[in-house]
Amino acid sequence: MSANKLGDTGDSPLIPSIAGHSLFHQAMRRLVRNRLAVFGMFVVGVIAVAAIIGPALIYSATGYTYDYIPADSDLVKSFPPSWTHPMGTDNEGRDMLARVLLGGRISLMVGIISTIVSLVIGIAYGATAGYLGGKLDELMMRIVDILFAIPYMMVVIVLLALFGRQTALGQLFLLFAALGAVSWLTMARIVRGQVISLKNQEFILAARATGVAQWKIILRHLVPNTLGPVIVYATLEVPAVMLLEAFLSFLGLGVQAPLASWGSLASEGIQNIAVFPWQLIFPGITMALTLFSLNFVGDGLRDALDPQTRRS
Amino acid sequence: MNLLSVRNLRTHFDTDDGIVKAVDDISFDLAAGQSLGIVGESGSGKSVTNLSLMRLIPTPPGRIVSGEAIFGGKDLLKLSDEEIRHVRGKRIGMVFQDPMSSLNPFMRISRQLMEVTELHMGHSSSQAREHALEMLQLVGIPDARSRIDSYPHEFSGGMRQRVMIAMALSCRPELLIADEPTTALDVTIQAQILELIKKIKSETQTSVILITHDLGVVAGMTDTIIVMYAGKIFERASTLALFERPGNPYTKGLLMSVPNPLSERGELYQIPGLPPDPAHLPPGCPFAPRCERAEEICRREFPPVVQLAPNHESLCHFAKEVYDESAHLRS
Repeated sequence: MSANKLGDTGDSPLIPSIAGHSLFHQAMRRLVRNRLAVFGMFVVGVIAVAAIIGPALIYSATGYTYDYIPADSDLVKSFPPSWTHPMGTDNEGRDMLARVLLGGRISLMVGIISTIVSLVIGIAYGATAGYLGGKLDELMMRIVDILFAIPYMMVVIVLLALFGRQTALGQLFLLFAALGAVSWLTMARIVRGQVISLKNQEFILAARATGVAQWKIILRHLVPNTLGPVIVYATLEVPAVMLLEAFLSFLGLGVQAPLASWGSLASEGIQNIAVFPWQLIFPGITMALTLFSLNFVGDGLRDALDPQTRRS
Repeated sequence: MNLLSVRNLRTHFDTDDGIVKAVDDISFDLAAGQSLGIVGESGSGKSVTNLSLMRLIPTPPGRIVSGEAIFGGKDLLKLSDEEIRHVRGKRIGMVFQDPMSSLNPFMRISRQLMEVTELHMGHSSSQAREHALEMLQLVGIPDARSRIDSYPHEFSGGMRQRVMIAMALSCRPELLIADEPTTALDVTIQAQILELIKKIKSETQTSVILITHDLGVVAGMTDTIIVMYAGKIFERASTLALFERPGNPYTKGLLMSVPNPLSERGELYQIPGLPPDPAHLPPGCPFAPRCERAEEICRREFPPVVQLAPNHESLCHFAKEVYDESAHLRS
């Protein structure tokens, strides 16, 4: 191409508009080619939909709800799985299927909301520390180090023991807050590391050289570029938090009856494992399936967003 | 009328190794519509000079110690953060070395171009988009209309550098600073980009500061050249005079290092030694350890600025002698 032709850019009407595929778009295409991840997304999707609309469906079909205790005292006992109760009933005669689905609703909610809490705190904290740097960064990260050193399980237990046991809903919100509060630390570290490696890139300097304000640089230029690792971590964080919630509920600190989570169901089930195994088996299987699937999705996302680290 | 007038600029970096005087007491002027080349090896302070003008020096460790930079009647170094933001991108545009990394990989080209004009010219998003399209056409992106919504990774290096130039010129700045705009590009693309900068300069009357380590790039591009070494201006002259009759041994070395296909010598000349450690400069002339004609005085005393001709200065104890020798060599 000769130099004097530089200005000659008549748009050809023959060439259709190229919309442009973002790197994220390409990553999503890699993700859907990963069978295990697609399977995982499918399972999680089915369980989530079932947890959301399932209890209402059961109620309209059979009249059972998660806290319906039969009036007839003969029925207040644990029945094995049958056509009316596909997962059997618990000690109070409540339908296990309705309870497992409700448990799924609460477990997923705890996982997702706590992860969002940790995302918001972690990204804001990490991006600020990483971008501003210097002494402030030093101070902020030492605070994270100190918080890391405190056994977080104990913090959660103390928090729940001190403020919990008021209302069922209050307990639930406390659980979101407590779990979110302990899981933002790693998020903050990840985001900070990303931001530090990004802020010295030329496109950040270029953005500053065009006069973009600091907070816009953080929001528009830095944070979107950290999203890859953040999404992966968040997807893996959901099952981790769910497991933590199950553990707390198992200890009796989490969700209280008549509300249920997979952890509290397992806790009730384990007491009767020899006599009424269905009380443990069904919530256990559902939970294991969900956690597996979420981990598959997380692994798939990591491979898709960062193809260079793919193990194969 | 000078558009930019830099006086006694000093920018230092505090490192574990001591204070690095990256830019040490430099002064220069740039008239409106003129272009200035800043030439020197890596670490000579070329980029730091311009980042100082834009107030983009990372602080800490860097700090502008003293000096002034009068741009359009105001001292850039004394503006508030808010005021300097309105200079950046609006009145001074900047193009960086590596087009591969100077665009945000997550933003569409259109969005990145629109950001500048929405910010500085108060454009609505449709105005900004139209303007972005015009700019892409100006810098010679073929089929700009269909490519405007692409992502940076869908563009080649040369195209990205054109986008960078479009972005830098979006608000019709009075000054364009191009920091090694062609270093990361193929030779053929280099020529196109330089041609583009030249064309824009003549069409829009934008003043240009072109930073490079390659004397071949500035030849034919600039009106004046500054040669920098170890944070100092070693020689300042009109482009023609500098190539015709250099008055500094360092400039001579640089000129000899430009490959000349007509010369019979098989080997390329190189200036002996390495650039000095900027934290531990020798007491005399910083170039003395590498200079072929250095004498006792060079190692002992810092050289004076010698006026060789109007608009031709050289920092050397033997500037006159070198200047005369160059004249003989030519004739």
